[in-house]
Amino acid sequence: MIYLELLWVFIQVGLFSIGGGYAAIPIIQSHVVEAKGWLTMTDFTDLITIAEMTPGPIAINSATFVGIQVAGIAGGIVATIGCIIPSAIIVSLLAFLYFRFRSLSFVKDTLAILRPAIVALIASAGIGILIFSFWGEDGFTTDVTALNIVSVIIFFSAVFVLRKFKTNPIFVMLGSGVLGAVFYLLL
Amino acid sequence: MSRAKKYRILFTSCLYISAFTFGGGFVIIPLMRKRFVENLKWLEEKEMMDLAAIAQSSPGAIAVNAAILTGYKIGGVAGAMLAMLATVLPPMIIIGIISFFYVAFRENVVVNAVLKGMQAGVAAVICDVVIRMGTGVCKEKNVLFVLIMAAAFVLTFFLDVNVVYIILGCIALSVIVFFVKMGIRKKKANTSDKICIEEQERKDRATEEGAEKNPVEGSARADREGSGEEQEEEK
Repeated sequence: MIYLELLWVFIQVGLFSIGGGYAAIPIIQSHVVEAKGWLTMTDFTDLITIAEMTPGPIAINSATFVGIQVAGIAGGIVATIGCIIPSAIIVSLLAFLYFRFRSLSFVKDTLAILRPAIVALIASAGIGILIFSFWGEDGFTTDVTALNIVSVIIFFSAVFVLRKFKTNPIFVMLGSGVLGAVFYLLL
Repeated sequence: MSRAKKYRILFTSCLYISAFTFGGGFVIIPLMRKRFVENLKWLEEKEMMDLAAIAQSSPGAIAVNAAILTGYKIGGVAGAMLAMLATVLPPMIIIGIISFFYVAFRENVVVNAVLKGMQAGVAAVICDVVIRMGTGVCKEKNVLFVLIMAAAFVLTFFLDVNVVYIILGCIALSVIVFFVKMGIRKKKANTSDKICIEEQERKDRATEEGAEKNPVEGSARADREGSGEEQEEEK
């Protein structure tokens, strides 16, 4: 049943996206795009774009979006509930333990070990998106003519602006959108 | 303040904060701090810091986790569920509306060009996050962390290992490190568990004092202390 499938996939997304925000991206990609094929890579990058530009965590935004695309409003609600079930249980328990014992050392140690791995996972997902944006659906090739020059230009100018001026990502993405419109429609 | 009024303020505050947290992630912490610590004085400064740490290290979205923790402090389990609902509703409704127009939206030529440009922008934003987080990990000068980062990257990018296994592996590793540390602490204390616990408490207090003076340095010091012990064990 599609609802149970949605629920189960997003329970996993909620359970394994530790560190918040971008940490959810590799897990959503591996489950929703690669394993289930509910979204194409185009839909997936659109989804992250939309999630970046609207309020709320990426995991919640993705759950609602994927749920509605796959099984309508009910699907959206089921997927979102799935996504927050692990938080509701585990974090309530931690809240109880914290206000009772105020000890965090194990949680801190676990975080310290998870952080480097999560950086690597995000990097891996990011490279996937980068390859998709430079070469399209077919993936990486050494053929220079297959390279999307516009994407390359936008990517490097966006990285430069982000690193140099520490601009808010929302403005960088809006800027990228404007550049995209100018290059693709006018040139 | 009556219970009902407290719940109402909690709900509307979380709703409002969630509706204005663009991009998710850690952005919500300063907003919650402003509302619950400064305006309402429902939480202490240090509590908020701890809640942020727990929210970040628990599974799920940081914003949702932080809301659950704050709600729990204010109104127990009912408060936690209420705060969670208030945090989830705004993004759910907004994305719900957007996804209904998505197909028509995607077929528009202008929208298509804009989104194509934004794809490169998203890649750039993620690249920036990775550089920032990656240099942060390297700056801690802990060989174990750099090794974990390299291994996780090779496993997921080149060998296509499922993300879930990598995270489970890290949790298993942290359990091992936890027991190794306990073992060392016991050896150092050289006697009963009681002394071991006392030492742990003293250590925690020392870290807390350090954290109050300078939160970031305090936790970094605690991490370093921990990693020092691990290296000892490796030798």
